[in-house]
Amino acid sequence: MIVEGKQKIWADYQKDIPDDHYFYVRSCIRQSFWPASEVTFLDIVRNKLGKDFYENEYHTTCGGIAYHSDSIPQETAMTIIARQFALMHESGYENYVCSCITSFGLYTETLETWREFPELEAKIRQYLWDSCKKEFAKPKYLAHASDMIYKFRFDIAKQMKFPLVNVKTGKPLKVVEHIGCHYSKMFPSKGFGGAEYPYVLVGMVEAWGGEVVDYPERRQCCGFGFRQYFVQANRGYSESNTHKKFESMEPYEPDLIITNCPGCPYFLDRWQYVIAEQTGKTYGKDGYGIPALTYEEVAGLVMGYDPWDLGLQVHQVAIEPLLEKMGIPYDPKKKYQGINGKDLGVPQCPMHIKSV
Amino acid sequence: MKENILIIGGGAAGMEAATQLQKMGLTPIIIEKSEALGGHIAQWDRLFPAFHPAKDVVEKMLGQVKDVKTYLNTEVVDIQKDNNGFHAVLSNNETIDAKAVILATGFDIFKAERKQEYGYGIYNNVMTSVELEKFFRTGKDERINNPKKIGFVHCVGARDVKVCNTYCSKVCCTTALKQACEIKEMFPDADVYTFYMDLRMFGPGYEDLYLKTQKDFDVKCVRGRVCEVSEDMDGKLVIKAEDTLFGKPLKMTLDVLVLMCAMEKNKSIDAIQQKLGIANNNDGFMQNSDMYLGMNNTAQDGVFVAGACTAPKSLPDTIGEARSVATQVYNYINR
Repeated sequence: MIVEGKQKIWADYQKDIPDDHYFYVRSCIRQSFWPASEVTFLDIVRNKLGKDFYENEYHTTCGGIAYHSDSIPQETAMTIIARQFALMHESGYENYVCSCITSFGLYTETLETWREFPELEAKIRQYLWDSCKKEFAKPKYLAHASDMIYKFRFDIAKQMKFPLVNVKTGKPLKVVEHIGCHYSKMFPSKGFGGAEYPYVLVGMVEAWGGEVVDYPERRQCCGFGFRQYFVQANRGYSESNTHKKFESMEPYEPDLIITNCPGCPYFLDRWQYVIAEQTGKTYGKDGYGIPALTYEEVAGLVMGYDPWDLGLQVHQVAIEPLLEKMGIPYDPKKKYQGINGKDLGVPQCPMHIKSV
Repeated sequence: MKENILIIGGGAAGMEAATQLQKMGLTPIIIEKSEALGGHIAQWDRLFPAFHPAKDVVEKMLGQVKDVKTYLNTEVVDIQKDNNGFHAVLSNNETIDAKAVILATGFDIFKAERKQEYGYGIYNNVMTSVELEKFFRTGKDERINNPKKIGFVHCVGARDVKVCNTYCSKVCCTTALKQACEIKEMFPDADVYTFYMDLRMFGPGYEDLYLKTQKDFDVKCVRGRVCEVSEDMDGKLVIKAEDTLFGKPLKMTLDVLVLMCAMEKNKSIDAIQQKLGIANNNDGFMQNSDMYLGMNNTAQDGVFVAGACTAPKSLPDTIGEARSVATQVYNYINR
């Protein structure tokens, strides 16, 4: 591996990001998958970094899941997106930041399509008015939320309490970074680091003391792939895809997987359980899995948030071995307690993948 | 009739044009930016399709131009035209007056790192066809250490909309097969694969080479493109490709991957080309005035082109064009 070669590419694929004042839109699935990630993001940027990130209750899905599943035509998705942008404009913002990678890809595709085909933009402008009576506007800047954490990674590092370092050995944790396909594979110049060697998560890992693992199936999709999973008959493709990645990363003995997509951590997490049930094989040490976390969860961990406030108990793969490696204190009794100590109930243990 | 003819470029086209012009009684002057004449061909070991030593050809050509006035390590930095012809200012501050100019500036090699998916400059054992040829010439390259499995990727930077090069680079197919045979000669136990879109065996003896590659050297020619290269823990390359004849994706571990890099227009001449009023064609090479009857002529009276500055060309094509440009210049001077 020639690190200088990667560094050159990383230097070529950089983008200027406005420092402040964003209209934030959530993902339609992340809140169920990883309930604290978006809240943690907003808490970090607003309260730890003092930035202005505004959201309002009227925004909807971007339509991406339906669009990529061929359930709605492109014009419908574009009109939904135009409505989101109109909400941003009405709220007095020009910078738009979204939580979801699919949304980011679709917003980028939409803006690029409007740029290439102004007649289509005019059509959507009319659709927006006819359906919502809203004024058409485009963001001055579009970012993915992971771009923001990347931008502020050194500010976060200044507030870091638990770096990505194994406290017992003093060595950096080995981290697999997994980028959502829609981040930069379609429009390489829109992502930090481009399509082949994205830097957005690598930058975070490096800034927080970890060491990135580059393994042969790094670029492979997590296994979600929309129709790979949504069409029930195709789910074997989804699982075999994930299986391929784990077989490839296993020799590197990663401590952690960091992701920036709603679906990726879900599939990288849950399929480990299924693979273990089917084959008896686990990929972490001592019968555990490899934790697959969102970048907000990782940021929260290094900044000293309580692991259970970060929602790490909803991961299938037990998080405790990672917490112990990083020296993060946690109260096992509070793992399955909700707000105000509400008992959430202890889930049934799987047969093969170890849980605590 | 000792008219000066300025030849910019001292590769195969420039040297051959100078040879012919000299025989016609004109005074060619070669301006070469590098430290030696010979161009790309001087960096080559053997030539397709017959594995002829490139050195023999280059030495013969050098012998023919030994009396030609030549400036090495020199570039044309300015050029003007008036009723008396052309006046070129060189980087050594000399001025040369000439009645006609031949642009024989050749080509650049496509920068393989632009195809990021192939990992050139990232993964140690990904190399270019030029580097492999250098290995054949010198026997030195630490990446080639008794390899057991070697792959060749055709059309790197050619016939590729993604890098804005939609043209065929013409010589890479045959070069890949020649190099595949040579590597197999050196390492008979190695498995050698080439990944191609089409095999364009257009010249005399080329199709024979293709058959020989498979029959005598057992090189496996796979019709399909490599889509991704990565590295495993042992530093071996893991490639993904598609075998379109079987309709199946394939994954393979290789010791070395050779990228057959395309020809691109030599951009170091852009400023002078602009001063001379010569446009580029759709492929980014220099535009000649007519692809059938004016292949050596340009939009500028007295400015001629020869060789790979107008399109990718093989050595025989280049030499043929160099000879024809000499005739065109001779006719121009005697018009």
